[in-house]
Amino acid sequence: MSSTQTEDARETRVVQKRRRRAVRIAEQASGGITSLIVKITLIAVIDALSLYALFVSLAQQQWIVFAVILVIAAAINIIYFKRGWLPAKYLAPGLIFLLIFQIFVIGYTGYIAFTNYGTGHNSTKQDAVIALVQSAQDRVPDSPTYDLTVLDQLGTYSFLVTAPDGTVSIGNDTTPLHAVDGAEMSGGKAVGLSGYTALDFEGILQHQDEISDLAVQISDDPNDGALRTPDGSSAYLYVSTLVYDEAAGTMTDTTTNTVYTDTGVGAFTAEDGEQLMPGWSIPIGVDNFTKAFTDQSIRGPLISVTIWTFAFALLSVLTTFALGLFLAIVFNDMRMKGRKFYRVLMILPYAFPGFLGALVWAGLLNRDFGFVNLVLFQGAEIPWLTNEWLAKFSVIWVNLWLGFPYMFLVCTGALQSIPHELTEAATVDGAKPFAVFRLIKLPLLLVSIAPLLISAFAFNFNNFNLIYMLTEGGPRDAAAGINVGATDILISMVYKVAFVGASRDYGLASAFSIIIFVLVAIIAVISFKQTKTLEDLN
Amino acid sequence: MRQTTQASPETQRAIPIVTPQIHRKRHVSFGRWFRATGWRHLVGVIVLIYAVFPLLYVLSASLNPNGTLLSSNGLFAKIGLDSYVTLFNSPQQPYASWFGNTLFIGLTASVCTVFLGALAAYCFSRMRFVGRRFGLISLLVVQIFPQLLAVVAIFLLLNTIGDIFPILGIDNQIALIVVYLGGALGVNTYLMYGFFNTVPRALDEAAKIDGAGHARVFFTIILPLVSPILAVVGLLSFIATTNDFVIASVVLVTPEKQTLAVGLYQFVSQEFTSNWSVFAAGAVLASIPVMALFLYLQKYIVGGLVAGSVK
Repeated sequence: MSSTQTEDARETRVVQKRRRRAVRIAEQASGGITSLIVKITLIAVIDALSLYALFVSLAQQQWIVFAVILVIAAAINIIYFKRGWLPAKYLAPGLIFLLIFQIFVIGYTGYIAFTNYGTGHNSTKQDAVIALVQSAQDRVPDSPTYDLTVLDQLGTYSFLVTAPDGTVSIGNDTTPLHAVDGAEMSGGKAVGLSGYTALDFEGILQHQDEISDLAVQISDDPNDGALRTPDGSSAYLYVSTLVYDEAAGTMTDTTTNTVYTDTGVGAFTAEDGEQLMPGWSIPIGVDNFTKAFTDQSIRGPLISVTIWTFAFALLSVLTTFALGLFLAIVFNDMRMKGRKFYRVLMILPYAFPGFLGALVWAGLLNRDFGFVNLVLFQGAEIPWLTNEWLAKFSVIWVNLWLGFPYMFLVCTGALQSIPHELTEAATVDGAKPFAVFRLIKLPLLLVSIAPLLISAFAFNFNNFNLIYMLTEGGPRDAAAGINVGATDILISMVYKVAFVGASRDYGLASAFSIIIFVLVAIIAVISFKQTKTLEDLN
Repeated sequence: MRQTTQASPETQRAIPIVTPQIHRKRHVSFGRWFRATGWRHLVGVIVLIYAVFPLLYVLSASLNPNGTLLSSNGLFAKIGLDSYVTLFNSPQQPYASWFGNTLFIGLTASVCTVFLGALAAYCFSRMRFVGRRFGLISLLVVQIFPQLLAVVAIFLLLNTIGDIFPILGIDNQIALIVVYLGGALGVNTYLMYGFFNTVPRALDEAAKIDGAGHARVFFTIILPLVSPILAVVGLLSFIATTNDFVIASVVLVTPEKQTLAVGLYQFVSQEFTSNWSVFAAGAVLASIPVMALFLYLQKYIVGGLVAGSVK
């Protein structure tokens, strides 16, 4: 008995060994010369691109980018040249994109939420100093005239300047003036330089705006002033009325003698609280979150937007599901003629691009000229999209139009997959049609549809297009401290705070995003527990 | 006839006794018909009006020469193709470039999405490795956080990268495609994973015995067999990219580089009422290819959705 068992075990071991060897041989034999060439070519291309990117980031001293590219390139080479690690070979391409544009950006959102990034605070302190000094420049009274030729090099303009004392120098908006040899001279004025194209009168006219905006610092110290040209042929010295004192870190306005200091709020601030704009971005801790939860003019709208987001998503799912299911039952009768005809026409709204559908309805429901008011209601000026509650109703109504065909299709599919015997048995037992539906069909239907209902909820939770195209989130809530309206959902609020209007607050928008992340995560945990999706994974 | 009336007590009740024989026959059949399927047609007609009317309205508005929102209310009152001509001839709205951009971005992004997703799905379906279950679960979990929410971070990230590599910066379509590819793994992979599992393993094992390597199995055996789900996922991601407004509007700035969603929205929102029929023409042209493709592939889409959810 025992001896046969060991023999069996030995045999299986031998078989397994053979199988493994066979697999290995197959792997080696199969590669083929073409696939090897394709593989090496692809990796060569990727390596060449990475090398180029490494050089560029090295030249610009972007160390983080440099490191990221290096790591990715090394990982790709190791994964694809190493034997084995088969799963990694298949997962790597998608994972790289996922890591950068899905996972990293979530983390980055978290970082931005703790800064004051936004209009007036979107660069470094150094950039802010240069921007401030350049924006406050005034022409120095009776400053000498510099002879000037504007040079073009691949779309970058530089000033070729002949100083009154005869020295020739060149500079542009990123490089201060520096002396240059070998310029082409004409009548004591430098008119050209090899490697550059000198702009003629015509060229200057064409690029007038860019050239008149150009300020070329005469030395490394921005306080020394810059050259500007009103006509493209002569330049004058402009000196800023704002003087930056690097040692003290202060900015002084020479006309009023006000001293602006860096008080740690991301902008030069005077004693009376006046700030010089632009400032720069700094980490500000939890200020954005505090603002969101305590500032009355933000907290109120945030709460009502959150409630409306849930109500909207829930109502959208319920209405579309109800109508879709009803229609699926109605059209699930084999005796009915022309079912195909109805079916095709009915799913047209689902096939119509969603953003266009919302825009079309915005036209139909327009208060003054829309079809609904003028034709259906004979000129009644019903504020479908501009009254708070009517706008909410319209949003649901239009979303029903967009969404019911999907539910109809899905419910039809699910209804047809319910075995006929079940309903027959119930009917034989004397159940009425409605009872059959309620007690047998609906529960079975819900089992297969539940995950789709949850994903429909998730979709509508972030259904930006519908809201933004139909009402732009309006009617606007005038009392709110941020740009929100009655139909805004969380995602459209984030978008509007960050990208719509004159003042953009990336920090606050990111804080909102983080709040939504948390909300969504909670819902997800609950719904995962409900559907047990995770446990079904094998 | 008699037999039928007897057969159904409900119908019998509905028949007025005084009605003459011939009338009775007609009436009976109508009543029966209405009870059985007639009311369904009534419901159908009402729903069809709701479903189709807005589409007819756009079509009519688009055919209205130089029409405004107001003049579009007379359905099919005037017919002319002027709006379609304006659409392609006015520099205000570079419609042809929007269309081309949408196709380019949508097709590139969806082809790459399908490919990346299929690679991952094959890996999860056919290989057993450490962290497989964790990988599958993380795909689901990551998908809970849509890219939309991180749009600010995406914008600032592209802004920074763009200073170093302009091709991956703001206002570049390649950058937008790359951002979309961040979502390539996720729900799509899940749909494909479910489908890959239905392909018998015996097939790839047989191929391996015949000397095919994993790459050859993947490209020449599995991919052709799962082509229906590839088409569905491709179409779904094409629709998703063409419908995307948020990320596209943040990344693409110059009108000539924008997509239909961004361009058409901005065009119509500038002067809502007066640009109406040109917008409608643009909407009709934009939707026809998508709708045609959709109706053609409808069976597979629904099948894919239901199969994916049941899994």
